[in-house]
Amino acid sequence: MKTLARLVFLVLAVLAVAGCADKKTYARAVYVLVDTSGTYTKELDKANQLVNYLLGTLNPGDSLAVARVKSRSFSEKDIVAKATFAKDPLQANAQKRAFKEQMAKLAQLAKTGSAYTDITGGILQAAEFLNETGAGRKTILIFSDMQEELDKQTMRNIPLNLTGIDVVALNVTKLGTDNMDPRRYTGRLEQWEKRVRAAGATDWRMVNDLEHLERVFGG
Amino acid sequence: MAWMLFPTNPALSALVLFLILLPFLYAARDPVHRLFGALVRTVAQPLRLAARWFDAAAIAMRQRNEVVLLAEGRAEITQAIQREFERVTAIVRRDLQGYPALQRRLLDEITRIEEDYTKCGEVPPPPPEWIKAVETMAKIRHTGDGLVQKILEQISSSIVDIYDKVLAEYRRSYKDRHKILEGFQPFWRSLEQTLTRVSKNLTGLEESAHRIDAQMEKYEQIVARSDNVVQALTSSAATQFVTAALVVAIAIGGAFVNFWLIARPMAAMVGGGEYLAGGLEAAHVAALVILLVEAAMGLFLMESLRITHLFPRIYNMQDRMRMRLAWIAFGILLILAGVEVALAVMRDLIIAADLELKRGLATATSATPMETSWVTKIPVAGQMILGFVLPFALAFVAIPLEYLISSGRTVLGVVVVGVMRSVALVLRMASNVSRHLATALVMLYDIIIFLPILIERAIRSRQLPPDVSEMPRHGGLRKTG
Repeated sequence: MKTLARLVFLVLAVLAVAGCADKKTYARAVYVLVDTSGTYTKELDKANQLVNYLLGTLNPGDSLAVARVKSRSFSEKDIVAKATFAKDPLQANAQKRAFKEQMAKLAQLAKTGSAYTDITGGILQAAEFLNETGAGRKTILIFSDMQEELDKQTMRNIPLNLTGIDVVALNVTKLGTDNMDPRRYTGRLEQWEKRVRAAGATDWRMVNDLEHLERVFGG
Repeated sequence: MAWMLFPTNPALSALVLFLILLPFLYAARDPVHRLFGALVRTVAQPLRLAARWFDAAAIAMRQRNEVVLLAEGRAEITQAIQREFERVTAIVRRDLQGYPALQRRLLDEITRIEEDYTKCGEVPPPPPEWIKAVETMAKIRHTGDGLVQKILEQISSSIVDIYDKVLAEYRRSYKDRHKILEGFQPFWRSLEQTLTRVSKNLTGLEESAHRIDAQMEKYEQIVARSDNVVQALTSSAATQFVTAALVVAIAIGGAFVNFWLIARPMAAMVGGGEYLAGGLEAAHVAALVILLVEAAMGLFLMESLRITHLFPRIYNMQDRMRMRLAWIAFGILLILAGVEVALAVMRDLIIAADLELKRGLATATSATPMETSWVTKIPVAGQMILGFVLPFALAFVAIPLEYLISSGRTVLGVVVVGVMRSVALVLRMASNVSRHLATALVMLYDIIIFLPILIERAIRSRQLPPDVSEMPRHGGLRKTG
């Protein structure tokens, strides 16, 4: 009987350790920035495809937020949908279905395209959100042509803090001017990479082939 | 180069240097030889010592293994003999206990048969006295007198009547006797059955006695520490080890299936996305814990049923307490099997919800719910059955596990002895090689300084008589071994 009691104690101890474990270290948080300015609004279907992929990939306990990039993007109002999925798999599934339905709003909001593109503001907002989640792996997905255009009053020449965050640029389309001079395209990307890495980002990646979205997480 | 005496000719420089060094090398010959010897001893002796130690350790371990093996064999045979005696006791108690009653029954039956047989022997009463009178009258001579004729005819008809009556009586009497003999049949049958049963029991007893004899013979060999029995026990342990390992491997396969059956729905119980330190998912750890608890309960169940003997305290427990423990273990096992059934249902729900979500994500329009016919329920039913059966199947792992542990000690011991002997052999070889290497070095040194040695020999041969000068000069190495 003593052996039995010892075994039960051991099992309870293991379960107690499981309960006291670090809950956030292995959780993943993803913030998707979708460019809704100018001609890029045509790419919204692909953005939906990306969000669907994320909904299918993320696990219970992970966080996901989708926000639009417009003339000034450093605002919570630009977040179209956000959720931290419950630990219960069935509940998490229900949340994912609700998230998908919320994504319909993005198409409506994108109809009124913005004149400028404030990617920096979006990144600042994303970093704030991701740091709040306290997740172990944080990723910002920027669904944009990475061409930032700011009005004269918007001040974005400020240092970024992206420590511990992966930044991935997705579907970076070429502009008409890029076609004339490809150096503009590569120069733009190099400039972003330099800026993101200088801000302390863990990694910078670019994924243009949306058939292989697993590369988003370095797969 | 600083050492070159002739900068343009390195070969010549080296030769001149060598010639300069040669007398010094010759002078240092004995110390160098001793140095080689010392170096060899430094290496060879520890190697030899280590080899001896490994040999001695291997012998000690082998003896210890033998002692353990014989003790285990003795315990096993004692148990087998005990079991045979229990069987014999059971036969004696069951069958021979009823022997007085059986004997009484047999005697009763035999007495009855005897009585009946005696009855069969009774003959009909002898013919009446008047037969003699008839015989006398039959002797009367025939004279042709009508009266006499008539009287005789009457007598004749009376005799025929009486004869018929007597014959009928005689036949009835025989019929009765046949009936009595017919009545013997069930008694004979019963007697035959009883004797057959007795014979069977006696044969069983005889077989048990033969088995006990065989086991006793083995036991005597074990006590006498015969080499044959040690080899037989080692071989038997190796066979048991392989068989048990195979069965345990199969059980691990079953446990693996069981694990994946409950790991996913466990997320609903302990929470998905929870991790323990080291990247272990809490749901997986919880599933593993359930499996281990099931295995432990199975072990306790087998132990308390005295099928295995891993825990002597449980084995020696009071019967009442032991049975209580068995019921507790069985109850926990039953509850865990029930939990697994529930988890199987939960797993199906989660998978269905996942599929529905993924279909919804893949299509623009909202997905229509899947058709739920009875066919789609078959996998759930299968999972439920598996979830219920596997914990009980896992409980039986205790039996091969016990064999694996007990025979593993012997097999491991044999392997360790083999390894130790191999290491000792390698060390001894290394020691010998180093000694021969030293001899080779001495010879190489002498080859290098062959010129002064030749001169020395020439001088010696002039100084000494021819028979002494031809004696070979030995190297400075001492025998190290």
